[in-house]
Amino acid sequence: MLQTGIILFVSFGYVCLLFVIAYYGDKRADAGRSIISNPYIYALSLAVYCTAWTYYGSVGLASSSGFSFLPIYLGPTLMVTLGWLIMRKIIRISKVHRITSIADFIASRYGKSPTLGGVVTIIAVAGVIPYIAVQIKAISTTFFLINQYPEIEMTSIFADIPVFGDTAFYVALMLAVFAIFFGTRHLDAAERHEGLVAAIAFESIIKLVAFLAVGLFVTYGLYNGFADLFEKAHHFSDLQGALTIDAPRQIHPFFEELLTINAGGFTYIDWGMYTFLSMMAILLLPRQFQVIVVENVNEEHLNKAIWLFPLYLLAINIFVLPIAFAGMLQFADGSIDADTFVLTLPMAGKQQLLTLFVYVGGISAATGMVIVETIALSTMICNDLVMPVLLRLPIKAMSRSSELTGLLLFIRRGSIILVLMLGYAYFHYLGGFYALVSIGLMSFAAVAQFAPALIGGIFWKGGTRTAAISGLIAGFTVLTYTIFLPSLVQIGLIHQDFLTAGPFGIKPLKPYQLFGLQHFNPVSHAAFWSILTNVSVYITVSVLGRPQAIEHTQAALFVDVFKYSGETGDSLFRRGTVNLPDLRSLLSRFLGKTKAEEELSGYARRRNINWDDHATADADLVGHVEKLLTGAVGSASARIMVSSVVKEEPLGIEEVLNILDETRQVIAYSRELEKATTELKEANIRLQELDRLKDDFISTVTHELRTPLTAVRSLAEIIYSHPQIDAKQLSDFTGIIIKESERLIRLVSQILDYEKIESAKLDWVIATLDLKEVVKDAVVSTQQLTLDKNITLDLDLAEDVPAVSGDRDRLVQVMVNLISNAVKFCDPDRGMIVVRLRVADHHLRVEVQDNGIGIRPEDQAKVFEPFRQIKNPTQGRPTGTGIGLTITKRIIDFHHGRIWVDSEPGKGTVFSFELPAIPAASGH
Amino acid sequence: MTRDSKKNKRLIALFLLGCVLLNYPILSLVNLKILIFGLPLLYVYFFGVWCLLISLTALATLFRSKDDADAPGETGGR
Repeated sequence: MLQTGIILFVSFGYVCLLFVIAYYGDKRADAGRSIISNPYIYALSLAVYCTAWTYYGSVGLASSSGFSFLPIYLGPTLMVTLGWLIMRKIIRISKVHRITSIADFIASRYGKSPTLGGVVTIIAVAGVIPYIAVQIKAISTTFFLINQYPEIEMTSIFADIPVFGDTAFYVALMLAVFAIFFGTRHLDAAERHEGLVAAIAFESIIKLVAFLAVGLFVTYGLYNGFADLFEKAHHFSDLQGALTIDAPRQIHPFFEELLTINAGGFTYIDWGMYTFLSMMAILLLPRQFQVIVVENVNEEHLNKAIWLFPLYLLAINIFVLPIAFAGMLQFADGSIDADTFVLTLPMAGKQQLLTLFVYVGGISAATGMVIVETIALSTMICNDLVMPVLLRLPIKAMSRSSELTGLLLFIRRGSIILVLMLGYAYFHYLGGFYALVSIGLMSFAAVAQFAPALIGGIFWKGGTRTAAISGLIAGFTVLTYTIFLPSLVQIGLIHQDFLTAGPFGIKPLKPYQLFGLQHFNPVSHAAFWSILTNVSVYITVSVLGRPQAIEHTQAALFVDVFKYSGETGDSLFRRGTVNLPDLRSLLSRFLGKTKAEEELSGYARRRNINWDDHATADADLVGHVEKLLTGAVGSASARIMVSSVVKEEPLGIEEVLNILDETRQVIAYSRELEKATTELKEANIRLQELDRLKDDFISTVTHELRTPLTAVRSLAEIIYSHPQIDAKQLSDFTGIIIKESERLIRLVSQILDYEKIESAKLDWVIATLDLKEVVKDAVVSTQQLTLDKNITLDLDLAEDVPAVSGDRDRLVQVMVNLISNAVKFCDPDRGMIVVRLRVADHHLRVEVQDNGIGIRPEDQAKVFEPFRQIKNPTQGRPTGTGIGLTITKRIIDFHHGRIWVDSEPGKGTVFSFELPAIPAASGH
Repeated sequence: MTRDSKKNKRLIALFLLGCVLLNYPILSLVNLKILIFGLPLLYVYFFGVWCLLISLTALATLFRSKDDADAPGETGGR
C-alpha cells in the first residue's frame, strides 16, 4: 500500500535532491572547479532529449504502430554523427559571438535583426508549449495512477478538476521555482548554468536506470527473456485474431501489424519524415540548443559525446517493444492506456519499490525537459521579444541612469512562470485529446522550420534576412494550416467538414491531403509541405534579393568562423566615437556595476590599456562591449543599445563598406593583371632564348654531320671513278672512310645521349661505386688514344677513398670524355696527362690535367655549353662533336656534383669535378 | 586542418551509411516476418545497425583523441 503521503514525500524529496545537486554544481563552478566539464556529463545532458514522451510515450506508440517510435531516436543518432561538422561549427560561432539561444543565433546571422529573433521566438514558444503540457500531463497522470496502488484505474478528464485542487498545477509551480532558482540566479554574460547541467545529467541517469529496471523486470521477471516474450505475444495475437472481430482495443495479427514497418498506416515515407524531423529536433529544439551549444564547456567534448549520446538512446530503446508487448498481454482487455504500461506493469506485478522508482524516473524525464526548455524559452522571450520592444519605447525607467539587471532578471522569471502556466493551461483544458507522441511530433515539425535559416545560414553566405523571415513565416503558416487548425476540429471549434471536404468544400485544400497528396500521415504531411515551402521561399528570396552590409559581414563571420581567429568581429565595421563613460554606464546597466568593472579591467589587462589615458573607446572596445551585452540581452538588443551611445559620423556604414569593397576588388584585379603580364613577359623571353638555341643546335649539328659525310662521299667517289687505284691508297682511303663513319656514329649517339639527358629520359642505374675503379676503367678504354699520339698518362690516386653513389657507365663516360678531350689538345709525343683522385671533406675530387694549348679565359665559361668548340686559329678545327663536355656536365650535375675548368693558354688545362662521398659508415 | 577534414570525411561517410541502412528501400529488404533466435528480424536488424554505427563513430573519433591534448580547447566565457 502506497500512501499519498509517501508518494508526495518521495516526489518532493526527489526535487529537493535536484536542488542540492544543482546548488553543489553552482558552488563548484564558482570555486572554479567545474564538475560538469567532461564529455560524459555533456553526453548525459544531451539526453534531456528523452522526455516523458520517450519514457512513457514510446511504449504507447509501439503498441499501436510497432517500430514507428524508432526513427525519433535513429534521427538524432545520424545527426550527431555529423556533430563534428555541424554542432561544432554552431558551438564555435556561438562562443565567438556570445550567442545564448537559437533565436539569437538566427537573428545574429542575418544582421542582428530584431524582427527575425522575434519570429523565431514566437514559433518556438507556440511549438513547444504543447510539448511542455505533455510533460505536466505525464507527471499528473502517473501521480494519479500510483496513488491508487495497487488498484489500476485510468482517468483522462482533467478539465473537471478545479485548478487549485490539481496536483499538476503545483507541479508546474514547483518546476517554475526550480527553473527560476537555477536558471536566473544571476545574469551571466555567457548564460551558462553549471548547477542546472549537473542536475540534468543526474536526471538522465535516473530515467535510464528506471526504464532499464522496468525492462528487465518485465522481460526477465514476468517472462523468460526476449524470445519467450515474443513467442507468447505471437501465440496470443493469433488466438485473439481468431477469437475477436471487433475487440475494444484492436489486437492485430502480430507480425503483420507490429513487427513490420507498414504497421498502423505507418509508411516508409512517414519513416523517412520522422527521421528527418528528429534529426532537426536534436539541434533546433530550444532545450537541445541550450545543452548542446550554450552549456557546452569545451567543444572537444563532442568527440566522445557523438557516440556516447547515441549509446544512451540505444539503451533506453531496447526494452520499448518488450514492455509494449507485455502490456498488451497483461491488459488484454484494452482498459489500460498503453502510454502508462511502463508504470502499470510493475504495479500489476505488485512491485511496490519498483513502482515508486519508475514513477520517480518518469518525473525525472519530465522535469528535466521542462526546466531546460523553460529556461531556454525565457532567455528567448526576454532577449528577442521583450527587450527589443522595451528599448525602443520612450519609457522613463529605461532612461540612461537606471540599472537594468534587475529588470532583465524580472522579465526572465516572469517568462518562466508564463511559459509554465501556458503549458499547464494547455494540459488542463486541451490535454486530454492527444496521445503523448503526436504532440511531441508537432513540436518537432514547428522547430524544424528553423532548419533552412540556421543550417543554410552557417554553410551558405547567400541567405538574406528577408529570405529567412519570409521562409519562417511561410513555413509556419503552412504548418498551422495542415496540423494546428485540424487539431481544433478535434476539440470541436471547427466543423468536421473542414477535414473531410476541405475549407468551403474546396477538395485540393483539405488540410490532411493538401493538393491531393496521399500516403503521408498528418504529421509527416504537414512537415513535408511546411519545410518544402520554407526552403523554397528561403532560397528564392535569397537569390532574388540583395543583402545589407551588416548581413554580408555576419554571413562571412558565421560561414567562415574557423578562418577568423575569433576576436575580429564587428570592430572593423563600426565607425564613430564613443565616450568611454557612456560605454561603461551602458555595460553596468545590463551586467551590474561590479561585473561590468570586472569585464572592463579584464579587457584592459589583456590589451595593456590604462583607462585613465582614454576618453573615447576605439572600435575594438565597442565591438567587445557589444558582445558582452549580446550575452546578456541578445544580439539584436545589444546592437540597438550600442548604437544609442555611438555617435555615428555622417557617412553611412554601407557607403564605407561599398567603397572599401570596390577599392579592394580593383586593387586585387590590377594586381592579378600585373602578375599575369610579368609572367607573360618572362615566358616570351624564355621562348625567344629557346628558339635561338634550337636554331644554333640545328645549324651546328648539320654542320658537324656534313663534314664527315663530305669526306666519306668524296673518298668513295675517288675509289669509284678510279678503279685502277693501287692497293695501298685504297686501304688508306677506306681507313679514312671507316674513321669518319665512326665519328658520325659517335656524333649521332652523343646527340641521342644529349637529347635523352635534356629531356630526362635517361635510365640511370644508381649503385655504390668505388671511384678509383671507375677511373682505372676509363684509363684502360682510352689507352689506345694515348698510345696513338704517344702521350704519357700518369695516375695519382689517393689510397682508401670513400665510396660514391652513381651510375657506373655514365661516370666512366665522364672520365673517357675528359681524358679524350685532354688527348685532343695535347701535342703528340710531348703530351702529358695526369689524372688525380683526392678526398676533400665529404667530397671526392678528380682532376684531369694536360699540358696542351689551354683555353683562353673568355672561353672558359663556354666550354660546357653545347657545340662550343674552341677554335684555335693556329690549330684549325679540332676533332670532336662539341657536346661531349655538355653531356659530362649534365652527368655530374645529376650526381649532385660540380665541374669546372682552370686553364692558362699555352700551359695547359685542368678539368676538375667533385662528387659527394657516402659517409664512411655505409661506405664500407 | 587536414586531420580534421579527414575525420569529417569519415563521419560524413558514416552518416550516409546510416541514412542508407535505416531507410527505404534497404529497410524493405529486412521487413520480413522471420524470427532469428526467437527475436523478430527487424528488431535484430535495427539494434544491430545501431550498434554498428555507434562503434564505427567511436572508432572514427578515437583516432584523434591522442592529439586532443595539443589541440587548443576553447573554454566558455566564465
